[in-house]
Amino acid sequence: MSGPAPARRLLVPLGVLVLLLAAPPFVSSYVLTLLTQSVIYAIVAMSLDLLLGYLGLASLGHAAYMGVGAYSVGILATRHGAGFGTILAVGVVLALALAAVFGLLALRATGVYFLMITLALGMVGWGLAYRWNSLTGGDNGISGVPRPALPLPWSLGEALPFYYFALAGFLLSLGGLWVIVHSPFGKSLVGIRESETRMRTLGYHVWLHKYVGFVIAGGVAGAGGVLWAYYNGFVSPADLELGTSVEVLLMVALGGRGTLLGPALGAGIIVLLKNLVSVYTHRWLLILGAAYIGTIVYAPEGIVGAVRRLAEGPAPAPARPEA
Amino acid sequence: MDFWISQVFNGVSYGALLFLLAGGLTLIFGMMHIVNMTHGSYFLLGGYVGLTVIWKTGSFPLAILVAAVAIAVLGVVQWRLFLHRLAGEELGQVLTTVGFALIFQDLALVIWGGEPYTIPAPAALTGAFNTGALYFPVYRVFMIGVAAVVALILWFVLERTRVGAMMRATVDDAEMAGGVGIDVRRISMSVFALGALLAAGAGVVAGAFVGVYPGADFEILPYAFVVVIVGGMGSLRGALIGSLLVGLLDNFGKALFPEFSYFTLFAPMAVILAVRPTGLFGRA
Repeated sequence: MSGPAPARRLLVPLGVLVLLLAAPPFVSSYVLTLLTQSVIYAIVAMSLDLLLGYLGLASLGHAAYMGVGAYSVGILATRHGAGFGTILAVGVVLALALAAVFGLLALRATGVYFLMITLALGMVGWGLAYRWNSLTGGDNGISGVPRPALPLPWSLGEALPFYYFALAGFLLSLGGLWVIVHSPFGKSLVGIRESETRMRTLGYHVWLHKYVGFVIAGGVAGAGGVLWAYYNGFVSPADLELGTSVEVLLMVALGGRGTLLGPALGAGIIVLLKNLVSVYTHRWLLILGAAYIGTIVYAPEGIVGAVRRLAEGPAPAPARPEA
Repeated sequence: MDFWISQVFNGVSYGALLFLLAGGLTLIFGMMHIVNMTHGSYFLLGGYVGLTVIWKTGSFPLAILVAAVAIAVLGVVQWRLFLHRLAGEELGQVLTTVGFALIFQDLALVIWGGEPYTIPAPAALTGAFNTGALYFPVYRVFMIGVAAVVALILWFVLERTRVGAMMRATVDDAEMAGGVGIDVRRISMSVFALGALLAAGAGVVAGAFVGVYPGADFEILPYAFVVVIVGGMGSLRGALIGSLLVGLLDNFGKALFPEFSYFTLFAPMAVILAVRPTGLFGRA
């Protein structure tokens, strides 16, 4: 690939990172709220990117893993007084376990069938949250989730320290996922996306690689859900509904699938759009709907994808099979 | 025993409603391979248009007719302008059609407000048949009747007419169908219109049963999809059996295991799909 040196490619992300680190003490509490929501949703969007961008699998049930993480917080923090470490561990393990079960079912299908089976699985998660009153509080959800009490010099009950806490979670997830997608394992996922047959011929255990990718994506989304519940102080079935799964899908598509940072950017844009537009007009659904359609019509490869294409000239279309 | 009979009856009547919605969706799915997340919106908008017609004229049949035709036109416009370009791009279809669903949801909110309404059923369809302790609302019987008639008509058109043969050919292999001189584009467009028409009609019928209210679109959409995928995309017989299965599972789940009612519906569906990814009657 010709084009700008890697250093220049890092310039924009690094600039954004500096802003994310340095600007928040000077912004209004409202902007801080949006930033916190963005970095948390970015975690979930990046985890879905592992599936959609690197494995080429569009899931309509990703909210389920986020929901498992969120409900772990809701239930363990309010009823059992569990600490952050315990809850994070339980939330992520449960999300991994759920993905391990769902993956067994979902990975039997591809394409539109995968989409549909994950839709049904996502509805299973939503249905349990909605109806299993004794565990989940049903439609009312669980409120009064306390912020984590960690031995830090700052109280996470306040907006700014919690923002940095969430940002740390985002950077850790980004780092972890970056390592994964750049590892030989990550390359094998892209290889599978491009041609399962070829990878199988090369001796890869295709199903196992897909399965591991699927489970990791679920676990990371679970961690995002844990942060989300702590941020909101509230969990409800809305965290698991189909609309949430589709929204995360939009974040990934809008930002640029297969780029990790793109979906994080997409998360920021959608959070911003949803909140800002609703301040100025009641017609935010209309605008959000237009964003869905506009993304597909004008930026099918996403923002980061389009920028890279413009910056690098006609790049070799996403790695065609060579033979 | 009475409990079981009335629950089966309730499940079947809900399944009948689902069939009206899923019958068109399965043809759209099977023929055009379009994942249409706007299908719930046709249902919702159909209900609202029907409501307005009832308010203006008081005629229930006219409400169904006007709603069905208006929404069919809407569906065709949407297909012509956007959807037909997205062949084979599932993600694009999902996001575009969700976008339309959000827009339609918002427009409905602007036009009809956020209040829940009920479409008044004609007097002839109110009341109930009583036999002993059993109680069968006439309207539920009517829904089963409508679904049966629609199923028969669809079956007749698909299996016994020239147009139906063209449609089946297009479902099986659009390219070959085009090769033997079938106007695949026109057939596809008619099927899309038919799907929207049925969904809107179902919306009016449901409006006198569960009401017309914001959010009904995304509430019923997963059901319709589950019916279609379990039955097998493009299979009318599959949609019929899938509707009954989903209607019964939903009803018994809610009656017997209230805390797990959606679980008892969606989990078996997911397992069926895992075993037979193409659905019960679908062809790969």
